[in-house]
Amino acid sequence: MAEVEKGAEYWRWTESRWTNPEMDWKDGEVVSAGVDVGSVSTQAAVMVDGKLYCYSSMRTGSNSPESANNAMKWALEGTGLTIDDLHATVGTGYGRVNVPFAAKAITEIACHARGGNFMYGPGVRTILDMGGQDCKAIHCDERGKVKAFLMNDKCAAGTGRGMEVFADLLGVHINDVGEMSLQVEEEPPPVSSTCVVFAKSEASGLLRQGWPKEKVLAAYCSAMAHRVVTLLERIGVEPEFAITGGIAKNPGVTNRLADELGVKLAKTDMDTQIAGALGAALFARALYLKKIKGKK
Amino acid sequence: MIANYGYKDGSGDFFISIDTDRCDGCGDCVEACPADIFEMVEDEFDIEAENDVAAVTSEHAKKLKYSCGPCKPASGFEKAELPCIRACGPDAIGHSW
Repeated sequence: MAEVEKGAEYWRWTESRWTNPEMDWKDGEVVSAGVDVGSVSTQAAVMVDGKLYCYSSMRTGSNSPESANNAMKWALEGTGLTIDDLHATVGTGYGRVNVPFAAKAITEIACHARGGNFMYGPGVRTILDMGGQDCKAIHCDERGKVKAFLMNDKCAAGTGRGMEVFADLLGVHINDVGEMSLQVEEEPPPVSSTCVVFAKSEASGLLRQGWPKEKVLAAYCSAMAHRVVTLLERIGVEPEFAITGGIAKNPGVTNRLADELGVKLAKTDMDTQIAGALGAALFARALYLKKIKGKK
Repeated sequence: MIANYGYKDGSGDFFISIDTDRCDGCGDCVEACPADIFEMVEDEFDIEAENDVAAVTSEHAKKLKYSCGPCKPASGFEKAELPCIRACGPDAIGHSW
């Protein structure tokens, strides 16, 4: 069996925060924010005049309002901004109605389309959000407006949480899972179970047969990629194709997905996990501008 | 916009699609569905939209195979004869199975 260090939390992905060093919010006119309270992670993003100023990404706790507050406080840390300085905030994600300081809640599907459009550029037509607990396929136009969507939130196969379970089983840190799964000389057949629980039992069996960790991970990553491909077939894939959410950081899944679909993945230098919060911040800005225009 | 509600599992694809550009917000499908799977909601994808649009309730979206079972061919219905599809004047509702 794989050796697992006692007490280690291999599933714990790196929480992060970032401030744009080249910007000062005091120079800007409109400070808008978005908070994406997901089932597994919460992100807060702050934009100044439509440019990303700072963000944070952390784990969602058992209390959604508190998670939203914590993420926003962390994003604003060291910037001198307070929640009261934000002109408009939009909440999104599965806990969107629980963001105490948000003026409006908008569905995460619309926010991911808008955020993906900002992150990957207006050429993106298909966005796949591989989140912690669900998977969404979205078609959008050049302005990031949703044209069609499909969501799978009934089954954990193809989600970040499924990957966390595997990281834990194999004792490989979640940040390294993707790279490690690519270190196989030959692609093993994918695990046959789509259900995370049964896939885990199947993987335990493979380890017992003496499969090395990277081979088991390769089998799981390709099963996850295949599972998502069958979901995408329903709405079709129009290039450019981009992936958002935590799994977008896992090349073991994304490379296999791109190969199976025969498409090239759009690239970004931004953190793919913040797409939802970014979209929410863009909506907040648009709503605020609409409001002050109405007052004039 | 085409909204797909439903899921895919080991036994097949179970999606109801609603074309929100065609849906005129009349609410006839809500009345027609014997299983009460539809509801009228604010169009969250179009901030400027004036009328509500039909959506599948989150309660039924995860069990469509069973909720819609009584109206399916196995129960003697033709696909075009489904109560929701017949009730929808602008032809905005589609079933994947």
